[in-house]
Amino acid sequence: MKVRQISIFLENRSGRLASVLKEVGRAGVNIRALSLADTSDFGILRLIVDDVDKGVQALKGTGHTVSLTDVLAVEVPDRPGGLAGILDALSGAGLNVEYMYAFVSRASDKAVVVFRFEDADAAIAALKKAGISILPAETVYAL
Amino acid sequence: MFNPQAEAMPVKELRKLQGERLKSLVRRAYDHVPFYRAKLDAQGVKPDDVRGIEDIAKLPFTLKPEFREQYPFGMFAAPMKDIVRIHASSGTTGKPTVVGYTKNDVDNWAECAARSLGCGGATAEDVVQVAYGYGLFTGGLGMHYGAEKLGAAALPMSSGNTEKQIMLMKDFGVTVLCCTPSYALQIAEVAAKMGEDLMKLPLKSGHFGAEPWTQAMRQRIEELFPLKALDIYGLSEVAGPGVANECLEQHGLHVFEDHFYPEIIDPETGDPLPDGQKGELVFTCLTKEGVPLIRYRTRDITMILDDGPCPCGRTSRRIARLMGRTDDMLIIRGINVFPSQVEDVLVRIEGVQPQYLIVVDRQGNLDTMEIKVEVTEALFSDEVKKLEALRDKIHHQIKTMLNVSAKITLVEPNTIERTLGKAKRVQDLRKLT
Repeated sequence: MKVRQISIFLENRSGRLASVLKEVGRAGVNIRALSLADTSDFGILRLIVDDVDKGVQALKGTGHTVSLTDVLAVEVPDRPGGLAGILDALSGAGLNVEYMYAFVSRASDKAVVVFRFEDADAAIAALKKAGISILPAETVYAL
Repeated sequence: MFNPQAEAMPVKELRKLQGERLKSLVRRAYDHVPFYRAKLDAQGVKPDDVRGIEDIAKLPFTLKPEFREQYPFGMFAAPMKDIVRIHASSGTTGKPTVVGYTKNDVDNWAECAARSLGCGGATAEDVVQVAYGYGLFTGGLGMHYGAEKLGAAALPMSSGNTEKQIMLMKDFGVTVLCCTPSYALQIAEVAAKMGEDLMKLPLKSGHFGAEPWTQAMRQRIEELFPLKALDIYGLSEVAGPGVANECLEQHGLHVFEDHFYPEIIDPETGDPLPDGQKGELVFTCLTKEGVPLIRYRTRDITMILDDGPCPCGRTSRRIARLMGRTDDMLIIRGINVFPSQVEDVLVRIEGVQPQYLIVVDRQGNLDTMEIKVEVTEALFSDEVKKLEALRDKIHHQIKTMLNVSAKITLVEPNTIERTLGKAKRVQDLRKLT
């Protein structure tokens, strides 16, 4: 259920993002989704890739600070109010979203949104209870 | 205690002795060293003006560059027929400072080195492995003579040949180790590779010095060797190792001040500072005949402890572990800041030796300090708010400990320039004209 996301520390100066993406590309690792959180001084790049281990190896080998975080990829009905309905179910279960971002590609007629929760297991239970579909990790890496 | 009469002398008596010795020192320097005669004349001080130790503040300072200008023998007060030993500093910044010792000087130095070993509990029963370099450098011969004076067995290993050091340490039943703290760590590393368990050896004390080290290194050494790791201080201009040594309390280094009189001064103004305040350490060699030093500025930063007599019974004053060098000192908005203080704060937060760079600049008339800290995996969090909390924590700790507000910038690993494996710690961009 849980998807392994690579997080990379970035300084907020020109060329840093390009340098990281180049390393990932050189290792032959394909990016499935990404999000960039930034402050005035630094940023955190979050990546979902097709080969997590290879991606981590390539980035660590080139001296980047990297960590792995478990996230969930949730299928969202691709219609107005689709995401709001899911968030309702989550807040109803008392779950707080640390951050989220949308997937670029689509699985069938659903959109895919990546969620980071403090407690992933509680989130899985709550989503299942609400009848919301979570994509298996293998499906996500292959999207 | 090697010499209880001297080491536990009542303070009043000690001050009286120091006063007498200072009088004869100034007389000796004035009569036999033209450099000191000129300096004292320029200051308008005659040897007869010195009546007690409290008059020391009237005397001029001696600076390292002045000492160096007297190369080779200009500082000598004794004729060559009375000089029995010559040592010299490494001279990495030019000509070395050259120190000549008379027979009495060598005896007094050995006495102080023996007291240093005694601070760790060593007696005539012990086997002392001297793994400081032997040569012009004072470390090896200083501790060697100290061990002999104590009546212990001196094992003159010098530095290097680590496998043999370990073999003899084990086979000879060495109980006291003298070397630099970094060499101690190297010995432990090689011993581990050789499959030797150092914790099984009868070692009881180690006298580590000749380079700056930290509390964290002390802990590490004490985890690797079954000994009390003690800080020893000395410098060749003053004598060599044995100017001061920690006792088993491990709280400050006892200065053998019947021979070496310590003062702490403000490095900017030269004014004496009260005990408990940090500043530059200054030594006057009260008994030296070969090179009678008056108020020699060591450029080392420390303080004289002000927390009462030491439970060990020694009455001499204690200096704190060295905090840095005046050469490294930064003055930011009028506040003295040492890179070692910044490092302390970071070590406490990270639990490891951090990579950092202090960037000092001036905007308008205001000094600014920025500390760049490399984000390691141990520090990194996937969440912005946690990284911001880390940054704020460093900012707060620096502000609390140093009384200076610094901008903290988290940077990527390996972005701080390293020269020969050692990182450059300070970048001062201020253009002061």
